[in-house]
Amino acid sequence: MSEKVSPLRQPTAPASAAALVHEVAGLVVAALNLDLAPADIDADAPLYGEGLGLDSIDILEIALVVSKQYGVQLRADSEENERIFGSLRRLADYITAHRTK
Amino acid sequence: MPILATQFLADLTRVAQLLGAGAHVLNACADRYHFTVGLAASLVSGKLSLLPSTHTPEVIRQLTAFAPDVICLTDEVDCDIDLPRVPFPGAAAAGSASPAPVPAIDTAQLAACVFTSGSTGTPVPHRKSWGRLIACVREEANRLGLSGSTCAIVATVPPQHMYGFESSVLLALGCGHALCAERPFYPADIAAVLCAVPRPRILVSTPIHLRALLESGTALPPADLIVSSTAPLTPQLAAEVEQRFNTRLLEIYGSTETGQISARRPTHTPEWRLWPGVTLSVRDGETWAQGGHIEQPTRLCDVLEMTGEETFLLHGRVSDLVNIAGKRSSLAYLNQQLNCIPGVLDGAFFHFDDSRASHAGVARVAACVVAPQLDAARVVQELRRRIDPVFLPRPLLLVARLPRTSTGKLPQEALRSLAAAHLQSGGIA
Repeated sequence: MSEKVSPLRQPTAPASAAALVHEVAGLVVAALNLDLAPADIDADAPLYGEGLGLDSIDILEIALVVSKQYGVQLRADSEENERIFGSLRRLADYITAHRTK
Repeated sequence: MPILATQFLADLTRVAQLLGAGAHVLNACADRYHFTVGLAASLVSGKLSLLPSTHTPEVIRQLTAFAPDVICLTDEVDCDIDLPRVPFPGAAAAGSASPAPVPAIDTAQLAACVFTSGSTGTPVPHRKSWGRLIACVREEANRLGLSGSTCAIVATVPPQHMYGFESSVLLALGCGHALCAERPFYPADIAAVLCAVPRPRILVSTPIHLRALLESGTALPPADLIVSSTAPLTPQLAAEVEQRFNTRLLEIYGSTETGQISARRPTHTPEWRLWPGVTLSVRDGETWAQGGHIEQPTRLCDVLEMTGEETFLLHGRVSDLVNIAGKRSSLAYLNQQLNCIPGVLDGAFFHFDDSRASHAGVARVAACVVAPQLDAARVVQELRRRIDPVFLPRPLLLVARLPRTSTGKLPQEALRSLAAAHLQSGGIA
């Protein structure tokens, strides 16, 4: 809890993939009000079920934040979708490839 | 591609032949059309469809104890439900179906069994007869103003939950509407699926999905009716839904035990109006519903205020009830499951409405646990096997002891104070 971030005030064009991973971690922590510092989220652990332990309500919440922040509308029928929530890094990769803002 | 009634009749005949000799079917199909075929196949073969709200290993174990002959009808290739499984068959060759007659189902036949969590840890079954289920949704169709038209129903809620079961599957079967097989999840999916079906079209959803839909910035296609249930909408959200979709929004109120019993248009009135024949009565401070399609007098788990013969106001939950995103449990049940975990000496769930409650419209539950030999992750891992993930405690706090009174009681307020102090001090488990 020591590191609280205000993700909406962060720049929206991070210099590197690692920076985007950190920024998305901040968004997830803030959106879901998790008792975690963004840096505590394992970038390669599954977000859904085991791992970070998010459920479908959380996933919808993350989808909403991602659409607002990056203009990425997630779709269940996109081929990559199963991978997207495989980890924070994959989610960040997907955002990089599809962001419109 | 639309599926016609002849295809449906052929499919249900095909699936009925696969269901075996047992009398119970766990219909776990995710596709709403597959689910509906499975329900109809079970009906024509005299089998009872079991509809637990979740499929955790513990629930499946309890289901097996309830109905040892239960089989699982599934359309998921990686289904891990530990029961004899019947995979939903692939599509039959086109034109191979010989026209089958529409089956007549006895109104007295038991069609489905839904479950609520009992306080002892054993789920309580509620058996529903076909006639009463259909009587209920025919009144729903009246209230929604659907009589005389054929609508396409798109639903974001699963067919296995009472609300989704009634307002999508049964509304279509019992009132001549068309059903959309998909269960769209993301806002862009909901908009796309809605767009793809002909008008008049109805969106059957929840406050969580509706809020996400409005906030996502997705372009919203026109709809002819929006239906919401599982939790009351805020007046602001209700007004915005009507404005953005340029149509009516109606809310349904009911319970797993009673099915739907009332509706309202929240932008017009806060009062709920009961289905004809359904009455409420207050006994010892508890509200009971009876009459109409209700199988037997049932205590409601919400605080209601009667405002007339047929109308009432809803004032929130009875404190033991937990309702998250339409999934229902009770603190007593969750506590029972928590205290079954080896290494947990004492533990209690409580309502902990933190900032997220107003933020996302989802109020979670928290828990304080005394388990000196375990860490929080291990306790959560054990809970995950037993309860639906929406009820996993947020946060789960490991504490030295619970704030029990001298008589052993555990006031919710004391738990909230303990948790607040614990979080303040940074002692997060």
